[in-house]
Amino acid sequence: MKKITKKLFQGSLSQLTIPLIAIALLLIFNLIRDPGFFSIGISHNNDGNAVLAGNLISIINGASELAVLAMGMTLVTAACKGQDISVGAAAAIAGSVFVKVLKAGSSISGLTVLLAFLSACVVAMLFGTFNGILVSVFKIQPMIATLILYTCGRSIAYWINGGATPTVSSHIITAIGSFIPGIPIPTPVLIVLFVAILFRLLFHFTSLELFTQSVGINQSAARLNGINPTFIKLLSFIILGVCVAVAGTIGVSRLGLINHETLLLDVEMDTILAVAIGGNSLGGGKFKISGSIIGAYVIQMLTITLYAMKVSSTDVKAYKAIVIVILVVIGSPVVKARLSKLINSIFSKKKETVKGVQG
Amino acid sequence: MQAEILLQMKGIDKKFPGVLALNGVDFTLRKGEIHALMGENGAGKSTLIKVLTGVYQKDGGEIMLEGKVVSIKSPQDAQNSGISTVYQEITLCPNLTVSENMFIGRETGSFINAKKREKRADEILQSLGIPARGSMQLGDCSLAVQQMVAIARAVDMNCKVLILDEPTSSLDDKEVNMLFNLMRDLKSKGVGIIFVTHFLEQVYEVSDRITVLRNGELVGEYLIEELPRVALVSKMIGKDLDELSALSESEEKENKESEVLYEAKGLSSSETKSFDFSIKKGEVNGFTGLLGSGRSESVRAIFGADKVNSGSIKIKGKDVKINKPIDAMKNGIGYLAEDRKRDGIIAELSVRENIILAMQVMNGMFKPISKSEQEAFADEYIKVLNIKTASKETPVGSLSGGNQQKVILARWLLTHPDYLILDEPTRGIDVGTKLEIQKLVLKLAKEGVSVTFISSEVEEMLRTCSRLIVMRDRNIVGELKGKELSQEQVMKTIAGGEAKNEKDN
Repeated sequence: MKKITKKLFQGSLSQLTIPLIAIALLLIFNLIRDPGFFSIGISHNNDGNAVLAGNLISIINGASELAVLAMGMTLVTAACKGQDISVGAAAAIAGSVFVKVLKAGSSISGLTVLLAFLSACVVAMLFGTFNGILVSVFKIQPMIATLILYTCGRSIAYWINGGATPTVSSHIITAIGSFIPGIPIPTPVLIVLFVAILFRLLFHFTSLELFTQSVGINQSAARLNGINPTFIKLLSFIILGVCVAVAGTIGVSRLGLINHETLLLDVEMDTILAVAIGGNSLGGGKFKISGSIIGAYVIQMLTITLYAMKVSSTDVKAYKAIVIVILVVIGSPVVKARLSKLINSIFSKKKETVKGVQG
Repeated sequence: MQAEILLQMKGIDKKFPGVLALNGVDFTLRKGEIHALMGENGAGKSTLIKVLTGVYQKDGGEIMLEGKVVSIKSPQDAQNSGISTVYQEITLCPNLTVSENMFIGRETGSFINAKKREKRADEILQSLGIPARGSMQLGDCSLAVQQMVAIARAVDMNCKVLILDEPTSSLDDKEVNMLFNLMRDLKSKGVGIIFVTHFLEQVYEVSDRITVLRNGELVGEYLIEELPRVALVSKMIGKDLDELSALSESEEKENKESEVLYEAKGLSSSETKSFDFSIKKGEVNGFTGLLGSGRSESVRAIFGADKVNSGSIKIKGKDVKINKPIDAMKNGIGYLAEDRKRDGIIAELSVRENIILAMQVMNGMFKPISKSEQEAFADEYIKVLNIKTASKETPVGSLSGGNQQKVILARWLLTHPDYLILDEPTRGIDVGTKLEIQKLVLKLAKEGVSVTFISSEVEEMLRTCSRLIVMRDRNIVGELKGKELSQEQVMKTIAGGEAKNEKDN
């Protein structure tokens, strides 16, 4: 325990301190409110598989799309000092392409699903490139640049399937959206884990993390050290494109249909929020992907807690806003600095008393 | 002593986690005096200033203003008690007019009469002899004038103590003189001025008294007449000057006949006119000229930092193309940029990451240097260059200027360049580090590295370079070698070979 507190308060507050405390507080709150909130049971779903069920599982499961998008958004934020607000619309496009390709074949096999996913990836990456070029080459502010796709993205999604909301039914799609037979953990959770591992590997086997941070902190210096800032920014948008395709695929698979109007609606703001709650500066520079993932779970846990308290869905947003204001203020540099000062003074006083005893 | 004491700081302590930044420092400022505050980087000058201006809270000691103990808890408090600061970086708004800048934030009433304000501004500016008008856009004025406007603003706020923190580092000689005249003027009006600078010459030109700090402690307070330059330097770095003089005398910079390493013909970039340049293996050359003469732009063109328009380049006799920084780096060229903050450090990244950055870029994105290797490199260069940092994981932005510069030097040394371009590597850093960097340059040259060294201090260039290229108005106007390398000759060449010009001043 001591080690953990030490790690959390190393010198100044660590980046992950606040999101972790937020999660802990939400857990404690729920535990007091309803001790049964966290019970995890095993139930049998329609296919007769034994699967994990419970509030905690549905929180982690429900946050999957958000978590995947938040990971990509972190990279864009770090490199471009701005956010992509078109991820929801882009996910609708990716989802539509996914369904379109699935529907093109006569039957749905593993191969067609893979092909459909890859097509969705390519399309989402192309739209990412479009955003990326606007930002990196034409130096348009990310929010303005992505406003274009935000505005027209769902219309494009509408055209792809001719305005219909086609359904896809296949055991493979069900497996992606809920459970793989024999595995009790929801598949979207596994996908999040997989994407997180991919990011970890990406940062381990390339120096993308260092280059992205350098560009985000001091673009001019990065350029004079031979880094190509245009390329790094573009790349961050393309990587976010892959995340968008993954999120879109999960979303479609959950419902077994594509609704271009409602798929991942308003997810962009939650995504940006997840990045911020994770302690990442929205002004770019240093980042921690893990923070954003935790941020995504904080948001989802908050939502589910409110629903569990029987708050009506129209009111949820207002309550959410209150909690988020508190989180963001606590995480602000001003409060953080004061807190670390306070903690430092407590720690140093402790040390002094210890010294005094020895003396 | 005879003069009335204006400000007295007694036994000031300031602790930072793990460091005692100030240890019982005394400082006394009298009415109508210019008092230089000297010390190496990390000596505690800035900390003392920040305690005085309320940016930091002192942990011990007291501050007395005109005999009364004052408690300064915020910059606002400091300003209200008549302590104003003008920083090195202009902290005004360039897109407002001069008069707006002078009165912003201290107007009462919701209606503002712009005409009246401009008139008032003009009066103040005129009385201080500042060549600006209230209606001018601040951003259109030269840096020196902007700085003076900041001073005028401070003076008009009824300031008794004026702190000038490195006010001259981005000014040219003429502008410095203008600033000095203003300082003398204020002095005669009874303002006490604290002058923080790294330029020894300037200290001796305007100051009445010097207080020297070292490692957070007071070394002493001296009248300017009582402290010769050499003694001042030795007090600042705390060791005898044998080393310094040894460096200037012993190093015989003979022109070795060796192969040409880099050769450019008709090189031009978006910022320069076309020029020819070559450097031999193991040679140290310099570009000199006034600010804006094109010396920095020329070396930037060599490194491909600006858009290269034309030119043929040969390295070791082979034709190469250098259009962007990475091309230059792959051809063994390193470049330490003039503006350390803007073009050098990645402030929030650690010392380790800053050191390995250039090498990592050269290795390419897909061959990351392992963490353990990175740590080994960082440890090595922290030791070799004697970088003072709490650890290799400390963000480089929290280091002192001289140590930041060493980190960037380490970054380029790690790439083992054949040709290293150092643009103002010693600007704004302390005497001790300056000396270390000069030594390093000569050592590198001995090892066969070609170095281009740019400095606004001609003396420093004469000490290190064996060949000086003189520039004026974006043209190369002369090349000095061997016996021609004297301060006088450099001045003459910069001025255009006419000794008459000097006398006219």
